[in-house]
Amino acid sequence: MSKPMHHTPMLDQLESGPWPSFITGIKRLAKDEGKPYQDMMIDLLGQLEHSYETRKGYWKGGTVGVIGYGGGVIPRFSEVASKFPASKEFHTLRIQPPAGMHYTTQIIRQLCDIWEKYGSGLIAFHGQSGDIMFQGTTSENVQAAFDAMNEIGFDLGGAGPAVRTGMSCVGSARCEHSCANEQKIHRLMVNNFLDDMHRPALPYKFKFKVSGCPNDCMNAIERADMAIIGTWRDDIKVNQAEVQAYVGKKGRKYVIDNVISRCPTHALSLNDDSTLTVDNRNCVRCMHCINVMTKALDVGDDKGVTILMGGKRTLKIGDLMGTVVIPFMKLETQEDYDRLKEIAESTINFFAENALEHERTGEMIERIGLVNFLEAIGLEVDPNMVSEPRQSSYVRMDGWDEEAAKWFARKAEEKTAKAA
Amino acid sequence: MSAPRMPIESGVPDPFQYMHPIMARNFGTWKHHERPRPGVLCHTSKNGEKIWTVRAGTQRQMDVYTIRKLCDIADQYGEGYVRFTIRSNIEFLVGDQSKVDPLIQKLQAEGFPVGGTGPSVTMISHTQGWLHCDIPGTDASGVVKALMDELYEEFINERMPNRVHITTSCCQINCGGQGDIAINIQHTKPPKINHDLVANVCERPTVVARCPVAAIRPALVNGKPSLEVDEKKCMCCGACYPPCPPMQINDPVHSKLAIWVGGNHSNARGKPTFHKLVAAGIPNNPPRWTEVAAIVKQILRVYKADAKDWERLSDWVGRIGWPRFFELTELPFTKFHIDNWRGARRSLNASTHIRF
Repeated sequence: MSKPMHHTPMLDQLESGPWPSFITGIKRLAKDEGKPYQDMMIDLLGQLEHSYETRKGYWKGGTVGVIGYGGGVIPRFSEVASKFPASKEFHTLRIQPPAGMHYTTQIIRQLCDIWEKYGSGLIAFHGQSGDIMFQGTTSENVQAAFDAMNEIGFDLGGAGPAVRTGMSCVGSARCEHSCANEQKIHRLMVNNFLDDMHRPALPYKFKFKVSGCPNDCMNAIERADMAIIGTWRDDIKVNQAEVQAYVGKKGRKYVIDNVISRCPTHALSLNDDSTLTVDNRNCVRCMHCINVMTKALDVGDDKGVTILMGGKRTLKIGDLMGTVVIPFMKLETQEDYDRLKEIAESTINFFAENALEHERTGEMIERIGLVNFLEAIGLEVDPNMVSEPRQSSYVRMDGWDEEAAKWFARKAEEKTAKAA
Repeated sequence: MSAPRMPIESGVPDPFQYMHPIMARNFGTWKHHERPRPGVLCHTSKNGEKIWTVRAGTQRQMDVYTIRKLCDIADQYGEGYVRFTIRSNIEFLVGDQSKVDPLIQKLQAEGFPVGGTGPSVTMISHTQGWLHCDIPGTDASGVVKALMDELYEEFINERMPNRVHITTSCCQINCGGQGDIAINIQHTKPPKINHDLVANVCERPTVVARCPVAAIRPALVNGKPSLEVDEKKCMCCGACYPPCPPMQINDPVHSKLAIWVGGNHSNARGKPTFHKLVAAGIPNNPPRWTEVAAIVKQILRVYKADAKDWERLSDWVGRIGWPRFFELTELPFTKFHIDNWRGARRSLNASTHIRF
């Protein structure tokens, strides 16, 4: 017979209402007679109710891990273990999901069985880090839980000052907007830095996120140190019959108000016969018209990626967006992918050696200036990297002539390459 | 004694082994999609094959019984393949259209809302909170459950101008991320320092370096090495608390909630945007956070009534202007809304562009 349930009047109120209740789920585990986690979940509910009453959290970190790795487990020890002893240890395993978060029910059931045996029975699909969060186990069971998951093909994700778990959208697996092989890029990037993930030794975290098109469903620009985003550089594909069908269905006014006039660079024009003209030279690949008219418009064929670096959340100099460091690169051949790997490697090497402790890539770039960063990782400046050129005249201009000559030489080289 | 088992450093698993065969077969060849009803997507590939997706909301933190129930539904009513979205919605994938309606009915009967597609309020992406985090000011899971109960009808319908992404964060680090509407903890008082513990628990130079406004300095308090905070400089961000838990920033009364709007990750129409402060000083009031819910619902009500089709919240405010936003939502505009942090001048109006 298990210990009695704590009185949880506040949590009980989260069991009502139409949305699925996490409290009901935790209670189910707390009432699961004879299961190894039952007492832990009873006390977990007690501690959570205590937090609701006092409006304070009661977990502290510590050092818990698995053999061979320095990170990936989030240790949690209770500060109120005297009141709630069975949940005194409640560690989380961050496990990397398959790229794109695809699962068979069979593999999910296997993961559930492992967590029922070694953990709390509570799993979050997924945490903000992009991991499956196996929430709640004892120090003693961490290794066994990890070993069992590792044996069926799963590995710990990142935590602390390390390369972190990446994210990629569903992309080519189900989305017509996809301009890249998202899962391949995601796996290539993260799996190339497993040492930096599993043995945290960077100044701070480093995140890769991959979105297949500029809709950026993975929030890569806002959240990733290195955002890789699919795009294209030839023309938007227009199926004029479908455009006419759409105009026929929705009316000219709707299409003008919701598609034509919403184009940020005024690159669209609706013709008198309800076909569409696109000024592709001035299209910025924002996706709006394609999102609205998914049957009529499509991304182009000359696909590749734009790379932005330096996105991060608030700590410590405020939120930063990633900014463009590669306006466009193809990702087709092995050499293309090798080049992408090299860019990531030189970035992380430079970050490792030059960032201050607890400084993200974006903060480092802000501190040293984008130009110094570009020179360090071997990238040329490009006007696509700025919204506008500088406004301040307070700058040393030594070497202007050489820099201008470099630009003309590069342009000539590009012209020759294009002609060849 | 045998040698310890060393990890297999396998990294990110290959998704193809778990992917619905129609998706694997048509990888990279999708042509267009339709939304036959809220919560359902139908994608057609260039090869003529179709796949239906039925999207349902979950509580994110799930017990194994809930997860197995979802698996049972996928096996009996679907085809055994699922995926999750970035916002913890589960997607059931089927190649057979006739399975869609029974699948929806079963999900609804088992209490899983079907929706979250197109111009709906989809599931709130959130941080962990009191259940597991070591520095939380609130319980994001609870806030989310309470809010999604209130926004349920907007999840199962597609009647917003455009999609609405809400996020919550339990501290100002904002792990929940940017959102059309973001509900985040905002501390309003400097940390309370337990000077007996600082020397033993905290690496003091690290803590001094962590402060964004250089308000922390080493000090000797009651003969013990500790830290002190210049309370006039301190802007109560809580950055010192993770590396130094004796600098308690969370306060049952003074840790408030703030609401921010207009964050948008997409490049569609305008460039991506960060969310902006609109409301603060909201009590952190478990278990149902009714004060937060009231403001969120008010903002959504006005947005829904006033925005045009395809306008995200940021697009809408861009068109009508911030003064009108505050007028329509009846939220107070205060001195705290005017930025004084890095690059603040860029947020000031340097023109005579004023709406009357």
